[in-house]
Amino acid sequence: MRYLPHTRQDIDQMLAVTGHADLNQLFETIPDSAKTKTGLNLPDALSEWDLNAEMDKLASQNAACRSYTCLMGAGSYDHHIPAIVPYLVSRSEFMTAYTPYQPEVSQGTLQGIYEFQTMVTALLGMDIATASHYDGGTALAECALIALRKSKSANKIAVSNLIHPSHRHIMKTYLGPSGYEMVDIPADKNGLTDLVALKSMDDIAGVAVQSPNFFGNIEDLGSFKACADEKNCLLITSFTEALAHGLLKSPGRFGADLVAGEGQSLGMSKSFGGPGLGILAGTQSMMRNLPGRFVGKTVDSKGRRGYVLTLATREQHIRREKASSNICSNNGLNAMTAAIYMAAAGKNGIREIARLNHDKAVYLKNMLVGAGLQSVYSGAFFNEFVLKAPAGFANKRREIAEKYNLFAGVPLEPFYPDMADHYLFCATETVSRQAMDLLAKEVKA
Amino acid sequence: MTQPGTTGLIFNEPELWDKSREGRCGISIPRSDVPRADLDPALTGDTPELPQLSELDVVRHFIRLSQWNFCIDSGMYPLGSCTMKYNPKTNEVQAARKGFAAAHPLAGDQFSQGALKLMYELEQLLGEITGFPAVTLQPAAGAHGEFTGMLMIHAWHAKQGRQRSKILVPDTAHGTNPASASLCGYKSVNIKSGPKGVLEPATVAEAMDEDTAGIMITNPNTLGLFEDNIKEVCDIVHAKGGLVYGDGANMNAVMGIIKPGELGIDVLHLNLHKTFSTPHGGGGPGSGPVAVVKDLIPFLPVPRVQKENDTYSFITNCPDSIGRMHTFYGHFGIMVRAFAYILSMGGDGLKRASQLAVLNANYIKESLKTTLDLPYDRPCMHECVFTDKSVQEYHISTMDMAKRLLDYGFHPPTVYFPLVVDAAFMVEPTETESKDDIDQFIEAVKAIVKEAASNPEKLKSAPYLPKVTRLDEVAAARKPCLKG
Repeated sequence: MRYLPHTRQDIDQMLAVTGHADLNQLFETIPDSAKTKTGLNLPDALSEWDLNAEMDKLASQNAACRSYTCLMGAGSYDHHIPAIVPYLVSRSEFMTAYTPYQPEVSQGTLQGIYEFQTMVTALLGMDIATASHYDGGTALAECALIALRKSKSANKIAVSNLIHPSHRHIMKTYLGPSGYEMVDIPADKNGLTDLVALKSMDDIAGVAVQSPNFFGNIEDLGSFKACADEKNCLLITSFTEALAHGLLKSPGRFGADLVAGEGQSLGMSKSFGGPGLGILAGTQSMMRNLPGRFVGKTVDSKGRRGYVLTLATREQHIRREKASSNICSNNGLNAMTAAIYMAAAGKNGIREIARLNHDKAVYLKNMLVGAGLQSVYSGAFFNEFVLKAPAGFANKRREIAEKYNLFAGVPLEPFYPDMADHYLFCATETVSRQAMDLLAKEVKA
Repeated sequence: MTQPGTTGLIFNEPELWDKSREGRCGISIPRSDVPRADLDPALTGDTPELPQLSELDVVRHFIRLSQWNFCIDSGMYPLGSCTMKYNPKTNEVQAARKGFAAAHPLAGDQFSQGALKLMYELEQLLGEITGFPAVTLQPAAGAHGEFTGMLMIHAWHAKQGRQRSKILVPDTAHGTNPASASLCGYKSVNIKSGPKGVLEPATVAEAMDEDTAGIMITNPNTLGLFEDNIKEVCDIVHAKGGLVYGDGANMNAVMGIIKPGELGIDVLHLNLHKTFSTPHGGGGPGSGPVAVVKDLIPFLPVPRVQKENDTYSFITNCPDSIGRMHTFYGHFGIMVRAFAYILSMGGDGLKRASQLAVLNANYIKESLKTTLDLPYDRPCMHECVFTDKSVQEYHISTMDMAKRLLDYGFHPPTVYFPLVVDAAFMVEPTETESKDDIDQFIEAVKAIVKEAASNPEKLKSAPYLPKVTRLDEVAAARKPCLKG
């Protein structure tokens, strides 16, 4: 087997040194009662060529194997990925490198992550960003824990109903054993988080709002900040579509204390939902409360610029049971991916691409409303919006998928049971006018 | 013999923003075929201050950065507890297949059968390898898997009607163990390992009571030793109504030799980026599937993958589930790689990998035990631990030896972990390192110990060959500069 270099001669020479008669004897310290009698009942090893055939077969059982038009978002977005991104990130030196605990031989990873941290703060208008987390939902759950632990008196956190349902589910799971409570801030009739409902809540450690929210609508973060200030609690904002920040006013501008979000849109493929990229940013005063890894700049013994993992005393390998989180790995290679994407797109590119997303989504909404679907909310949105379809649309939607490999929106009923026949549509820079016109034509028919 | 480390031309490279020039752009902007739609200026922000670079600027920048990195593809990482084995390139080909890479997680079961089938089959394979009836692939990393497992233990006790407050954690445990327990509100009770480096049943029995939710065990443990008393330890914990959490980070030592599920472990996490060859990526993404016994199945996170005849689907109707750990289904891209690896190795191949990993570690132990102090002179599993006792008289530490190894072309072993050993120097070669490369490593360590005696100053200022010398980590923490 090509990954196992030992020859018969190697093994014999090595066993002579260890003093064992054969490979089985290496395990003589394991009691016989502990050894398995059943062996590994796995399929026979496949050659590289048979593996290719098997995996090709499996991959072709996903609709994504052929060209398809993706008008779905809901936390996973279809964006163009420049050729240089997978090219650079597949460099052995990035991909097969270990965590940069020995900084002298990890300056590539460390500078790359330092640049990622910096660009994230620029994108979000915040003071500091961590080296990344698993995904937006887990980063958000960590923010909730920060707010709750920081509060001297409150053990509740107010959470908008329009935060991605899976993110809220993760928060609930994380908070489960702690005794902390999540209080739901309902949606108002405009598809926005109900500020009036929030105003009546007391003794909360923090307020969590997503913008653009799950319905795609842009929230009035300024009002939420004012409300959080009045209640002397933290404002946590979140996002699922990182590219929105190429166009919208940043959470930092609104005075967010903590920002958590999903960075998959910054150069990562959808990959059936993972791995993505958890982004976590905070104000300067939050620095020692943030979990996860940080890269910091320093100098070497000759005074030359260098980078190291720093502030590790917050982390599990130092503080163990007193650590602020148990997190060990970040999503390092995906943070590098985001750094490369942000460097390539740059200031102007990210603005243009964000604007294109918005233009496409507005066009799609107009076309579909013209074709007979009902507009539900009238406020501003970024690249996602909700429409109501006539009963039976589910069948038509499936037929369109089977016929054109075009996926028209995400049904909302599984997430919000009282929203049957509502669909969340998304249009990014990848969707052609032609495809949108085709959908409108099919819908009208 | 010639050591691998040598000099070569690498490049200085500034930070991205220092290369930025007004007007440059490194991405292809798609043509617009729809009208411009204005957004309310009150909602529009300033353009984010990202650098402006041409495509070659970006390529050159990251290529130069990459050349400053050590990686498995260039040299050996004998890092104990990390299992830095070779990352097969065919796994990358499989993960990049359009059907997998472009798949949207909410396309619907009908249009995602390939992904669902892969997940289902991977669960089966991992269940077979570990000896458990059910597996979840949702946790995104080992520590995440630990938290998931502890949440299930917590939920199981809640369902029994009585929550417990403590958890037993051996002194050899990885830091993520007590940290994960804390997240569930459990207080960690430290259990000292015996003089042979393994847990003794009497010690466990003394600590175990009916207010203890269970124990977290790593087997083989972080000293590279098989916990011989594991079955008895599990019985002791079970007898008082507790559960056993298994940290499967060291699974690479025992595939096809033992199955944790047969030893009394109730819930076990695996690290796909260790045992199952997925790339470390400079710190992630990893993947930490969790395997469970029958009684814990109801508590698994949702959604779960179901197979009915030849059709696969996600189910969420699991009332006792702990909930959700990841926005979608976990790190699917990493699952594809691990799946490809297991299919490439087969059962015999995985067992062989474990045998050779253990052979390599024992060979190193025997070859270096007269050079470095070996606190536990007994057969090891896939890793062995030394200390710096033999060089202390020269005022040389484990850290100095580690830094000097870099000049020889090797990444250092794990240092200063596990904590039960003073100044630990923990070596795990893995099975993908050849005898030739291991012999070079052994020679390098011997040479360094000789240098410790004859020229200690040289070690104290090592390394010399990498792009930077030792960095001021104290200053970095005292006055943190986390962005440019």
